[in-house]
Amino acid sequence: MRQLFVGLMLALFALPAGAQVLRIEITQGVSGALPIAVVPFAYEGSGSPPVDASGVLGADLARSGRFKLFPEADMAERPSDAANVNFQNWRAFGVDNLVIGRVRETGPDQFALQFQLFDVYRGQQLLGFSIPASRAGLRRAAHMAADMVYEKLTGERGAFATRIAFVSATRSPEGNEYVLLVADADGENQQVMLRSPEPLMSPAWSPDGQRIAYVSFETGMPEVFVQRPSTGERESVSTLGNGVNGAPSWSADGKRLALALNEGDRINIHTLDLETRELRRITNGSAIDTEPVFSPDGRTVYFTSDRGGQPQVYRAPAGGGSAQRVTFEGNYNSRPALSPDGRLLAVVNGDDGRFRIGLYDLESGAFRILSDGRQDESPSFAPNGRLVIYATEDHRTGVLATVSVDGRVRQRLGLAQGDVREPAWAPYADAAR
Amino acid sequence: MMTLRNTAILLLAAVVLAGCPSRQQVQEDPDAERAAQQAAEERAAAERERARAEAERVREQERLRANPLDDPDSVLAQRVIYFDFDRADVKPEFMAVIQAHAQYLAERPNARITLEGHTDERGSREYNIGLGNRRAQAVRRMLMFHGVADGQIATVSYGEEKPAARGESEQAWSRNRRVEIVYAR
Repeated sequence: MRQLFVGLMLALFALPAGAQVLRIEITQGVSGALPIAVVPFAYEGSGSPPVDASGVLGADLARSGRFKLFPEADMAERPSDAANVNFQNWRAFGVDNLVIGRVRETGPDQFALQFQLFDVYRGQQLLGFSIPASRAGLRRAAHMAADMVYEKLTGERGAFATRIAFVSATRSPEGNEYVLLVADADGENQQVMLRSPEPLMSPAWSPDGQRIAYVSFETGMPEVFVQRPSTGERESVSTLGNGVNGAPSWSADGKRLALALNEGDRINIHTLDLETRELRRITNGSAIDTEPVFSPDGRTVYFTSDRGGQPQVYRAPAGGGSAQRVTFEGNYNSRPALSPDGRLLAVVNGDDGRFRIGLYDLESGAFRILSDGRQDESPSFAPNGRLVIYATEDHRTGVLATVSVDGRVRQRLGLAQGDVREPAWAPYADAAR
Repeated sequence: MMTLRNTAILLLAAVVLAGCPSRQQVQEDPDAERAAQQAAEERAAAERERARAEAERVREQERLRANPLDDPDSVLAQRVIYFDFDRADVKPEFMAVIQAHAQYLAERPNARITLEGHTDERGSREYNIGLGNRRAQAVRRMLMFHGVADGQIATVSYGEEKPAARGESEQAWSRNRRVEIVYAR
């Protein structure tokens, strides 16, 4: 049994930061986006600044689709101090809000990220904070600052200081390597959770953000594991099924996993109690039922089924019962993801041989295409429900992208290495019940 | 067994060499003696080579008899079944391959295989796990119809996770929609 794990590596270390290629693509006129200027932050300390904090903050705001970033090149002044801000100048440029700040070295491996947010028209400070951080923690501090600015100006909670999990694959003459990683929501600050020569699939965060369930083929058969990113420790929770054992997803209370398990051809949705290991079958068909996801209230399970011929998304009571079809656009709908409020359903939508991310409003029934690739897949909502992260392709290589739920702003994440796929956006770290 | 046979051939060669005339019996013409000795050695070497080749041939035959899986000319060398898009039914051109594997397995109740189902990259990943499984199960059912015991067959689906070919083209996709028959050794 031990040698089965030869070639696997459980590790927790940061990868060298890849070339940062953040590309913002404004897909439609961003009317209604708030004009904001983020002045490059000053640095007071030894050496060069450890991180481009204002760059991180500005990219976060732009990616949300809620802000229109004033170009740095057009800035007539670059104050880092409130005393030097000339509101008149910024008003002339039509900038509504202004962020200035500085990174100060306060001790050995101790920094403070100080920033202020101004209402340009009133000439008033809206926010002013100093966030202490280590060198390694400065990026996170910048994301936190972006969250504060976002919340102050939109009235909604930001989701920039959150994390994502994803899978990266590399093929070489020596063999394949599959890596499960966790990173900041902008793709930076990557940590390796697991490396394997066999496929790793379907990462899913527990509702408290403390655990990740995933599928590993390291033994030659699919096995479901639950792993803690904080310590790296993991536990095998399922070797069930007869060759199909996957698509894990968490119940709202974090006590059960929904799984897709097969008996011969038939694949049905089951729930597995992680404490008692009690297994319960939720669907009972002869087709492929897979990709389950619980509604936030825990009462309903959405899943993919081809019981009608082509794959479509259905919903059924979480305790078992008859299923009802939910999706009707295009000829292919699969891999449902629910927004945290349970109102929006993102899917892989296939139409005319093209697979893109589609979004259903479950209350109104309205449908919208969010992405524009050919093989887009694996949608996952930000914990504030305003962005969807998904996998797409760039020159035949898998990359991750985000799109605002209104479809207006798409951005590709700069993840340098490998064929990247299956992003899963973590819930808020304080979401524990 | 093969070691015994080789030993026998070596012993035989030793007897042939021992039977050569010795220096004590005939003393004149050392050149002729040397030539005779050389000819004898050459004959012996040729005989050894012939015996070695024969042993090799027999060994190869035995190996093939023991395991026709290793015969590149056998239909059993074909271990990949290809499928049409979104289909899991075995195409007629692969019936002979499956029947040959079925016969091989039915004659050897201790032999074990894993059927690995695969798909092309289109559509979602876990749904493709389902499609790959459907293909593996179709081949499994056909093997069982031809007399293979259920316990000899394991199935696993990799979906689109282990493509055989890369590229966004029907040519690549058609090579990826497959079931691989993997023998446990």
